[in-house]
Amino acid sequence: MAEDKKEKVPRQKMPEQAPEVRRRNFQEVPLGYSAEQAMAEASRCLQCKKPACVEGCPVGVTIPEFVHFIAEGDFVKAILKLWEKNSLPAVCGRVCPQESQCQGRCIVGKKDDPVSIGNLERFAADWARGRSDVPMPPIAAKTGKKVAVVGSGPGGLTVAGDLIRKGHEVTIYEAFHKPGGVLVYGIPEFRLPKEIVAAEVNFLEKLGVKVECNTVVGQSVTVDELLTKEGFDAVYLGVGAGLPTFLKVPGENLIGVYSANEYLTRSNLMKAYLFPEYDTPLVKGEHVVVFGGGNVAMDCLRTSMRMGADDVKCIYRRSRDELPARSEEVHHAEQEGVQFFFLHAPMRFIGDDKGWLKAVELQEMRLGEPDASGRRRPEPIPGSTKTLECDLAIIAVGSGANPLITATTPGLAVNKWGYIVADEAGKTKKANVWAGGDIVTGAATVILAAGAGRLAADSIHKHLTWGW
Amino acid sequence: MFQILSKTELAQGTVVANEIMAPKIAAKAKPGQFVILRANETGERIPLTMADTDPVRGTITIIYQVVGKTTALLKSLNVMDHIQDIAGPLGRPTPIEKKGTIICVGGGTGVAVLHPITRGFKQAGNKVIAIIGARTKDLLIMEDKMRAASDELHVCTDDGSYGHHGFVTDVLREQLTKLGSEVKEAVTIGPVPMMKFCSKVTAEFGVPTMVSLNAIMVDGTGMCGCCRVAVGGETKFACVDGPEFDAHKVDFEGLSLRLTAYQKQEREAMDAYQRKCACAAKA
Ligand SMILES: Cc1cc2nc3c(=O)[nH]c(=O)nc-3n(C[C@H](O)[C@H](O)[C@H](O)COP(=O)(O)OP(=O)(O)OC[C@H]3O[C@@H](n4cnc5c(N)ncnc54)[C@H](O)[C@@H]3O)c2cc1C
Ligand SMILES: Cc1cc2nc3c(=O)[nH]c(=O)nc-3n(C[C@H](O)[C@H](O)[C@H](O)COP(=O)(O)OP(=O)(O)OC[C@H]3O[C@@H](n4cnc5c(N)ncnc54)[C@H](O)[C@@H]3O)c2cc1C
Ligand code: SF4
Ligand code: FES
Repeated sequence: MAEDKKEKVPRQKMPEQAPEVRRRNFQEVPLGYSAEQAMAEASRCLQCKKPACVEGCPVGVTIPEFVHFIAEGDFVKAILKLWEKNSLPAVCGRVCPQESQCQGRCIVGKKDDPVSIGNLERFAADWARGRSDVPMPPIAAKTGKKVAVVGSGPGGLTVAGDLIRKGHEVTIYEAFHKPGGVLVYGIPEFRLPKEIVAAEVNFLEKLGVKVECNTVVGQSVTVDELLTKEGFDAVYLGVGAGLPTFLKVPGENLIGVYSANEYLTRSNLMKAYLFPEYDTPLVKGEHVVVFGGGNVAMDCLRTSMRMGADDVKCIYRRSRDELPARSEEVHHAEQEGVQFFFLHAPMRFIGDDKGWLKAVELQEMRLGEPDASGRRRPEPIPGSTKTLECDLAIIAVGSGANPLITATTPGLAVNKWGYIVADEAGKTKKANVWAGGDIVTGAATVILAAGAGRLAADSIHKHLTWGW
Repeated sequence: MFQILSKTELAQGTVVANEIMAPKIAAKAKPGQFVILRANETGERIPLTMADTDPVRGTITIIYQVVGKTTALLKSLNVMDHIQDIAGPLGRPTPIEKKGTIICVGGGTGVAVLHPITRGFKQAGNKVIAIIGARTKDLLIMEDKMRAASDELHVCTDDGSYGHHGFVTDVLREQLTKLGSEVKEAVTIGPVPMMKFCSKVTAEFGVPTMVSLNAIMVDGTGMCGCCRVAVGGETKFACVDGPEFDAHKVDFEGLSLRLTAYQKQEREAMDAYQRKCACAAKA
């Protein structure tokens, strides 16, 4: 039977840099499929009539169709298919949690390894990048309407790309000197090379999107000024969840204690790992501790290892089963020599007389009854503490809503955590203002921000065209 | 890209003033606000206060002391050259109201930051007494401008080479003793030890005092927490909650320590830069 024949092709392993090499460099870890590998992997897809994978994809990429084109060797059609639903396939192919989305649902995965949908997506996007024989998307006639997009993360880039194609004039305003949001300041080079993000932005600029960096909306210009003085017909707020969370334990202001945002911004956006070629410094750290167990924590752990640390420890207050990070990231971190300390929470940081961090005191925890989130709640084991020597501590326990925009935009409703209230289509309580991504949902994922951007772009387009 | 329109060296070339084309920033900026700039593609982001703005010409003026690589790099730029990135205005503007008598105390390059605030208080109808100081006469900046911006100017030098021989704190104490409750507020901007001692003096007299803090910054939008300082036991972000704070609540020791975080790398960067400049000069 056809199915039997297909199952004989083994899952194509993604070639990777060896752990002992990559743990000290910033080059990308997975190297990408060759065309032959991609076609072989794509041939494993059963082309299900009711594809479960598509249900697992937050933006509904027509997965069997693009995978089919790869299997046929028609990479142009594959990328055009991807672009129909996903504006950033080169990024998503690398950073999406496929194991809990599309791949997690794949039928082949019931008995065997699932089809490597993420790797295939990445292949198609990398193949297409910079090629002149891939047709440019058509651009509708100019409508004369102007849209301001605030924030250049995956959400903002998606809105800009969609609306420019529909004939509207689009300007992106970005606070930093480089566009890309978390994709450039947060996610490290070894997971997402910055040239990929730059290529996405260049592409948008070629389509006519204007990108104004160094513009902190709320300070440089307010949302109301954009809608009046600057003459925009609509504003999209995709400003992310840019507020660091600290632990609120003593000693947190010692030198060597960083928020994940600061540590990663210095190393990624400012390229501190290339100091002194680049001017921005970073405390290197010989003995490093990172608090938290999500993707952000994994990025901090793996970055500090690459900066040359002797030992790097992940301190997490629950157990391995509760780790929120992608399993691939945890696996990569362990391969690179990161040690995990489960069921420990920080009590205080200890410094020397010059204000430098030299140790952290930890409280041992155990798991109690499940809490509201259904996860078992960690609780301290009385009298059980220990002290760990460290000279670099990075706090990666989540982020919140930055109030800079919301505080300067009257009429914009926020919830009790400060996130902007918006409906499914991204419409906020303020006329002509849409919002989406992390500033609406709280810290989430690239594809959810991009998906929210697409829905908002549709809504903005309808509003500008028909006044809905 | 932001073009440099003028360059003036002050204090024997240790301080430089640049007027820069930045119409959007100039249109919005208020006294007390700052910008974050990046000189070139490999550069660091550093905060500098706007010492002046001209919304009509569309320019801002920065005045900086050459203390390390970035400021040395800025100094090497000439009129018509460009600064790659400038973001602003950032931070909260100084709350300027008519209150009565205000004492403004500035030390070193802090005088540049103090000048627009002094002028603002005077324009708002306050009686402004300004006290400025420097280590020695040659390092004193903006005496004339401060005289014009205030009702009364006192100048101090640590070595007695000009004006009052001694520290600004001496004159501050003298004035507070003389004027008593007439003084409604003090503003003090300069090196951290100077702000700390001025703040001690004004606390003795119970005069509300404002300081402008120069914490190390990266984004300037409250995103990274690098600029955090303890104020009244609470963690504040100097870039968005400040840069001005109630002097009597600031943890100056903590601030001083955090400012030393990158001393080693700063020296390394400066040495490498100077070697490179020396090589270029020879060639
Ligand atoms: C370290 C790290 C690792 C991650 N890893 C993954 C991963 O592996 N997979 C995954 O799917 N997700 C990951 N995420 C989450 C994902 O990156 C975010 O959910 C996503 O980027 C949110 O997109 P966004 O468009 O809402 O905004 P962001 O990407 O946050 O971008 C917002 C942009 O707005 C700008 N901005 C903010 N305020 C203003 C203002 N006032 N004026 C102008 N501009 C402003 C910011 O500078 C920023 O550039 C990670 C996040 C971090 C921090
Ligand atoms: C809100 C604010 C306004 C300021 N306004 C002025 C001004 O008007 N004129 C002026 O001369 N200086 C000002 N400063 C200080 C100025 O930013 C630093 O002198 C400058 O960053 C030094 O950079 P450098 O590379 O030349 O020196 P470096 O060798 O890098 O550093 C010298 C010292 O400057 C401080 N510093 C270094 N990097 C930063 C950074 N990214 N952010 C803040 N401080 C840093 C540190 O204390 C360091 O020890 C201001 C600082 C702040 C926070
Ligand atoms: S579920 Fe798996 S096998 Fe079925 S269409 Fe999707 S990728 Fe192909
Ligand atoms: S400089 Fe990053 S929060 Fe203030």
